[in-house]
Amino acid sequence: MIQIFGIPIQALMGQILLGLVNGSFYAVLSLGLAVIFGLLNVINFAHGAFFMLGAFFAWMGLHYLGVSYWVMLLVSPLLVGVAGIILERGLLRHLYQLDHLYGLLLTFGVVLLMEGFFRSIYGVSGLPYPVPSALQGGIDLGFMYLPIYRLWVVVVSLALCLGVWLLVEKTQLGALLRAATSNPKLVEAFGINVPLIVTLTFGCGVAMAGFVGVLAAPIMQVSPSMGANLIVVVFAVVVIGGMGSILGSIVTGLGLGVLEGLTKVYWPEAANTVVFMIMVIVLVLRPAGLFGKQA
Amino acid sequence: MTTPMLEISDLHAWYGEAHVLHGVNFQVHQGEVVTLLGRNGAGRTTTLRAVFGLLNRREGSIRIGGQEVIDWPAYQIAHLGLGYCPEERGIFPGLTCEENLLLPRKLRVQGGQAMSLDEIYQLFPNLHERRYSPGTRLSGGEQQMLAVARILRTGAGLLLLDEISEGLAPVIVQALAHLIRMLKERGFTIVMVEQNFHFAASLADRFYVMEHGRIVREVLASELSEQQAMLDELLGV
Amino acid sequence: MNKKFAISLAVFAALCALPFVGAYPVFIMKILCYALFACAFNLLLGYAGLLSFGHAAFLGGAGYATGHALAVWGMSTVQGLVFGVMVAAAMGVVFGALAIRRSGIYFAMITLALAQMAYFFFMQAPFTGGEDGLQAIPRGSILGIDLNNDLALYYFVLMVCALSFAFCSRVVNSPFGYALRAIKENEPRAISLGYDVERFKLIVFVLSAALAGLAGSLKSLVFVSVTLADVVWHMSGLVVLMTLIGGVGTLLGPVIGALIVVVLENKVGEFGQMLASATGWNGFELLGQSVPMVIGLIFIVCVRLFRQGVVGELAHWLRTGKSP
Repeated sequence: MIQIFGIPIQALMGQILLGLVNGSFYAVLSLGLAVIFGLLNVINFAHGAFFMLGAFFAWMGLHYLGVSYWVMLLVSPLLVGVAGIILERGLLRHLYQLDHLYGLLLTFGVVLLMEGFFRSIYGVSGLPYPVPSALQGGIDLGFMYLPIYRLWVVVVSLALCLGVWLLVEKTQLGALLRAATSNPKLVEAFGINVPLIVTLTFGCGVAMAGFVGVLAAPIMQVSPSMGANLIVVVFAVVVIGGMGSILGSIVTGLGLGVLEGLTKVYWPEAANTVVFMIMVIVLVLRPAGLFGKQA
Repeated sequence: MTTPMLEISDLHAWYGEAHVLHGVNFQVHQGEVVTLLGRNGAGRTTTLRAVFGLLNRREGSIRIGGQEVIDWPAYQIAHLGLGYCPEERGIFPGLTCEENLLLPRKLRVQGGQAMSLDEIYQLFPNLHERRYSPGTRLSGGEQQMLAVARILRTGAGLLLLDEISEGLAPVIVQALAHLIRMLKERGFTIVMVEQNFHFAASLADRFYVMEHGRIVREVLASELSEQQAMLDELLGV
Repeated sequence: MNKKFAISLAVFAALCALPFVGAYPVFIMKILCYALFACAFNLLLGYAGLLSFGHAAFLGGAGYATGHALAVWGMSTVQGLVFGVMVAAAMGVVFGALAIRRSGIYFAMITLALAQMAYFFFMQAPFTGGEDGLQAIPRGSILGIDLNNDLALYYFVLMVCALSFAFCSRVVNSPFGYALRAIKENEPRAISLGYDVERFKLIVFVLSAALAGLAGSLKSLVFVSVTLADVVWHMSGLVVLMTLIGGVGTLLGPVIGALIVVVLENKVGEFGQMLASATGWNGFELLGQSVPMVIGLIFIVCVRLFRQGVVGELAHWLRTGKSP
């Protein structure tokens, strides 16, 4: 049996895969956070709560209506997107002229409300969600066992990230978004309904969070606090990577996920905090973030 | 007497808490070129921004083609056929020259002369050469051309131009003057804010002088030579 | 004697008299500790314009330090308190030095992340007792008076808090305080005037951390226990809420905010039941059982409609006779 620094290679590769899975979540969530921040100048504290909402909608769909994973993969993000649009239109947009911190505070209140609501109905412990039958099982590669579902999660998340990157950098709609991020008033002067674009972008950003929530449901337990601990790590990811670049968010998210996985193997006590430690190091050496343009 | 294309009555405007426009009144008729003169801080740029709804707080009356728009958001005002060239040119960073040109959509206004991308490139060959360059890497003159070209893409008939000759070499300023004259011949209505008096004098039909957020004088092009002394004093030129 | 001083004296006198009119000393001490916590936080947010989302780290950190010093090392009460404050101040130096490297929203995110790091540290470190926390912390005595007597502790805590508020008031109205406000209003201007902005920010951060630590140390004495609940991010959010409700950037605001929040936490269950029976809607009862939900709602309402907080709105109303 091959060992790397005293750890059997199967265990190591397994953790790296798990790290990639977590990293995919970090990447998609930090991407959504960055896109929303770029356009709205609001840090959406509730991003983790929308992630949780996506997972819960999937669970509720299966549990109450018998709707399959595959359908909920499409429907859940839509529902989450609608919830996001209601939040943006109803509450957030009135804060744009004020200090950016108010947006952070409002979304913090939303987190407490949403998590508190689900906790009061479903309690604290996680609800199980089965892996869809088509994705069950795994492939034995010799040096590791590859669960199909985890591979699926990583591939789909990466595809989503790449899709967003293509949209923003290579299409006309993306050009519109980039222009509106730098000078929204002038874009309005060209007759483009920027407030509508802002609303839809927020909706899409949180829909992305809801989407990975569905992906996460069979892996993590579906619980009201599943987004809370994740979002703080995502904040650290964003500080490390900087919010200026899409590719930067993706690379940073994935990289940190893998690093976290490796830490779990070689230095388990530090696994919870390694991302924060890296954040500290990056702050000392390169305050603007690894890929950051000064925000 | 036809409806003025743009009619401003008792316009007050605020930047945050600061009260910047104290009751501005003027009119612009179809096909005219009108210039707003005045020292820095007189409120000329603010007036253009107020017309386009880019300020948070305005009071008074702004009528475009007879339509009252004081409460309208900027993107709705644009569709009445307005185009804006801001003082800082507003070239979108992160977008190429061509992406900047493709961004504006044809406005919903009837009878606009929206130019196609090919027509723009014919009019501005140097933009065609630099079309894949990032917009902010163009020279000052090219950026100014790009800014004007952008609004010609929309079919806007009423153009608000803020200091388009600022900081440009005389050769380019001449090219701009030529462009404005051509637009005037095609029937565009233009409101210009200009520091460069000679540039403005060669193009405008009428001049308004602003001071402390108000219009204090109106001068016709035909009266320019007589009023020269008064203008020199007011503008401190 | 000027009006503000007279009012403060009156409030102090009233607080001294409270236990004799039937109020539970422990309950009021809880409010006092949170009020000090909020005051410390407000120093940073209201006067320096820096939103820290990780202040619980200082509250709990000092609590653990004091608790450990008193229970395990057998330090005297005063020694234990001083130790707790010093630990909080040290954390403040480290957190502050890192967080100040960025500004605005990034600052808030960094403080949150650092506090989360502290949370995991406290969760795993053996000396904190992990999930169970520190229990049965000996209160010790001051000048021979046994602090296990709730009334005796009450006056001690009241004295310490009163002195701390007075200190805060002095800081805010000192040249240092004015410089801070200048930095908050217009940082580039302050820099151009020659102020070492980074140093000012760090100093106020450490001050705020130390005072928050004092609140945490006192709290560990009052409840003779410290748990993870004192370092979790909900606690950081709670102090933000207290300051927001009370009125950011006012001296009295945090105190009022702490009062409101503590009363709310205790009474929300009853209130919910009352509303449920009054309106017949069971949802109120559900709401009453979930403190986070109510707090979240209040947060949202405050940010949307009520940004000046109680004290701010009241002050505005008194000045102009109408609501802002």
